[in-house]
Amino acid sequence: MSAVAASERIRVRIRFAKTGKIRWTSHRDVARMWERAFRRIKLPLAYSEGFSPRPKVSFGLALPTGYESVAEYIDVELVGKIDVAALPHRLSAALPEGVEASAAQVIPAGTPSLQEEVTSCTWRWAVVPSEGANPVSGEDLEARVARCMEATELPVTRSRKGAEQTDDIRPSIISIKLEGPAGRSNVMEGPAGPSNVMEGPDGLSDSGGFWLVGELACQPRSIRPSEVTLALGPGLEERLPRRLHQWIWRDGARTEPLVIEGRSGAIGARHAEVRAS
Amino acid sequence: MTSLWPKIEPALARVQKPARYIGCEDGSVGAGSLKGLVGWLLIYPDTYEIGLPNQGLQILYEILNERDDSRAERTYAPWVDMEAEMRRRGIPLFSVDSHRPAAEFDLLAFNLSAELVYTNLLNCVDLAGVPIHAADRGPEHPLVVAGGHCTFNPEPLADFVDLFVIGDGEEAVGQMTAAVRDWKASGRTPGSRERLLRELASVPGVYVPSCYDVVYEGPALVSVAPKYPDVPERVEKRTIADLAAWLYPKQQLVPMTEVVHDRLNVEIFRGCTRGCRFCQAGMITRPVRERPAEQVTQMVSDGLARTGYDEVSLTSLSSADFSGIDSVVRSIIDDPACNGEVSVSLPSLRVDAFTVGVASEIQKVRRTGLTFAPEAGTWRMRQVINKLIREEDLYGAVESAFSQGWRRVKLYFLTGLPTETDEDTLGIAELARNCVTVGRRHHRGASVTASVGGFVPKPQTPFQWFGQNTPEELRRKIGLLRSATRGDKGVQLRWHDPEASLAEGIASRGDRRVGAVIEEVWRRGGTFQEWSEMFSLDLWRDAMEAHGLSIDWYVHRHRERGEVLPWDHISAGLHDDFLWQEWEDALEASGTPDCRWTPCYDCGACTGYGIEHVVASAVAPAGGSQGTGQDLGSGGDVPVFLRPTVGAGARS
Ligand code: SF4
Repeated sequence: MSAVAASERIRVRIRFAKTGKIRWTSHRDVARMWERAFRRIKLPLAYSEGFSPRPKVSFGLALPTGYESVAEYIDVELVGKIDVAALPHRLSAALPEGVEASAAQVIPAGTPSLQEEVTSCTWRWAVVPSEGANPVSGEDLEARVARCMEATELPVTRSRKGAEQTDDIRPSIISIKLEGPAGRSNVMEGPAGPSNVMEGPDGLSDSGGFWLVGELACQPRSIRPSEVTLALGPGLEERLPRRLHQWIWRDGARTEPLVIEGRSGAIGARHAEVRAS
Repeated sequence: MTSLWPKIEPALARVQKPARYIGCEDGSVGAGSLKGLVGWLLIYPDTYEIGLPNQGLQILYEILNERDDSRAERTYAPWVDMEAEMRRRGIPLFSVDSHRPAAEFDLLAFNLSAELVYTNLLNCVDLAGVPIHAADRGPEHPLVVAGGHCTFNPEPLADFVDLFVIGDGEEAVGQMTAAVRDWKASGRTPGSRERLLRELASVPGVYVPSCYDVVYEGPALVSVAPKYPDVPERVEKRTIADLAAWLYPKQQLVPMTEVVHDRLNVEIFRGCTRGCRFCQAGMITRPVRERPAEQVTQMVSDGLARTGYDEVSLTSLSSADFSGIDSVVRSIIDDPACNGEVSVSLPSLRVDAFTVGVASEIQKVRRTGLTFAPEAGTWRMRQVINKLIREEDLYGAVESAFSQGWRRVKLYFLTGLPTETDEDTLGIAELARNCVTVGRRHHRGASVTASVGGFVPKPQTPFQWFGQNTPEELRRKIGLLRSATRGDKGVQLRWHDPEASLAEGIASRGDRRVGAVIEEVWRRGGTFQEWSEMFSLDLWRDAMEAHGLSIDWYVHRHRERGEVLPWDHISAGLHDDFLWQEWEDALEASGTPDCRWTPCYDCGACTGYGIEHVVASAVAPAGGSQGTGQDLGSGGDVPVFLRPTVGAGARS
């Protein structure tokens, strides 16, 4: 590998979705799926130097197990010429059902890593009454959301590596909005556009729950929808959290690490079928 | 179709490793209808990560899904956290392929490869909502079926399993599907279940315990005899003669989450003729049936391209014994499609320099540990067990391993073997130490891990008559080894829990009465007994006592010639007098050569089935094999005696 000149290497950023049952796999599992997909399509990967060479692949922010996303990213270094436009299609065919590449683009050398650049994410998740709790009304939830946004401090206690730890998550909440009732009959149109329809998600039929959409910061650490759900008060459980966007803030403007031509964050109908099964 | 997914999904947020329950593997059948088909739920009664790679299960999965009258799905034992969620939420056992309830299938088919999973079998049947006793099931219930190595003594599970398939399942599942199809077509009327079972009892290799009467006299078993004239007295195992005709799995499942043996696995032969006397797998899978070398190469390159794996394992009981191993390994390494990035592993390495040479070549990419299994510490002991590896062979192998860059080798041993003396036990420490000395010539930090297991005698082997060591005795022997290796940084000693060996002993050589013990252990919460954090010997001891059964009598006493053994009505094809002769030879520390390259000694495995060893090459493998290149006489004479053990003669 060392014989190849550095100038022949290109860095490619790939955007992908992880939806359906496969959301229950871990970040590590997804890394392995990608390695296998790269080998299946015989992608000319660049390898690190040294005693045990590894493909030069870097994953962005970890997606917690159980969360869906239509805005995941992976950067990979390749050697030599390759049809980047055809990559999403070829990769999707080699990836397991539920993981789908939606865009690929060559990024300039020296582009900072995703972990450095991404500062916030937009999430959508459902909150449903937790087991044995009373149903929540839309007004009640609206009020709870407003209280959160008005608060100057929102301490949330989580157990981390066995120890309890309390964090103020308020500075990390950029926005939260109530989107409407979550149920099987309810067809949601997400901020990602009309093709991103969320119909009859599993575990939500007649749930008496609601959709929330929020932008949450990921610096200095990524806060999760589940922490916001906790901050909204008792009797709520989170369902089907999905990352819709990752954002890079630059000169006061928000951009995505990679924009999908025409539509962003769209996923194919194939996945809606998978989920309905 | 009924999918339980909406109910399962909320539970997943609360369990460890939720990916165990989602299915979605590349190669799996996904959602699909069972309508008009015979539905098989193939169950591996241990966790997903242990069960998914199981080759037997994957082979049957494909064969059944290729038929136009059957559909197979899979499931694995839910871990305790998931089981609790399922019971709390009223979720029955479900398939991971379509999340369909287990009870919607016609057959619940278990793969049994270890005795300590027996309580998990009961748990799975119960979670399916099916009565755990075969006698309580009606025409509306699925048939509970079991296959796999443990079925060579099916008796401990006879009350719970409707039918066992003994030996290779490839052909038998077709016949069973046809019978079940006709049964369903006839309307599953009352009484039809019994008729179906009786019909299946005459299918070769199928054992239906309810068609047999068992007679005891005091503690002794007197007979297990068929109730009806059309049911065979002795069930002969199934053997597929031509492995080349069974190109499975073609679509090996690629798991989405971490499992053991996460790589492409290609079976290169079935059976083993080395004749190690403790080895049940070797005895019951005779004769050797090799896959043609070109077929192996093809399966490897197709499999790698399809799965995207960068590691392939050539599986068998003793892979370096494959007669075309050089050419197969070389063709994989030289395959341009593999780009020099594929590593090959050969489980069960033979102890000789040739093997290490191959190993170093094939593990260029990723150097995994190198493991040898001398099994016993002295030459005398290895003659007893018929694992005829000389010390020179071992040191030679270890020398080449260390000289070729390995820094650590692993050695597997058994303790508690027949006629074992403390000198034999201590031989383990000495061998390990000597290997470290050899290694230090190449690396200052060379080390050897000696892994020691307590020997459990298995049915259908020459050691089936042997009285197993007590846990106390095994612990004493491990203690000897610990003090012998203490302070020696080069030797790391690992050992298996001697108490688990006792429970395994109860389940492996038990008769039908042991069924009540397994049920008791399960009722008291004893699932996942092969997981050390879950295992409890007290459960087993208490259950034996509660049912008035003597551990000494079942486990620790030497059995006598002519005694009716609980598995006498199940045949692995081996002649009784062959096994007995091997037992006597063991006591005399006299070895038996590998029959592939020396004249047949008529063990029965070939003649009974009208087949002979199918080997890809007529020449013995390089580096020698038992009875070909090795001098069996070295080591000198050592007097052999059978030491009295606890409970001997205690037939109360
Ligand atoms: S070599 Fe010995 S231990 Fe290994 S499978 Fe064959 S008979 Fe069993």
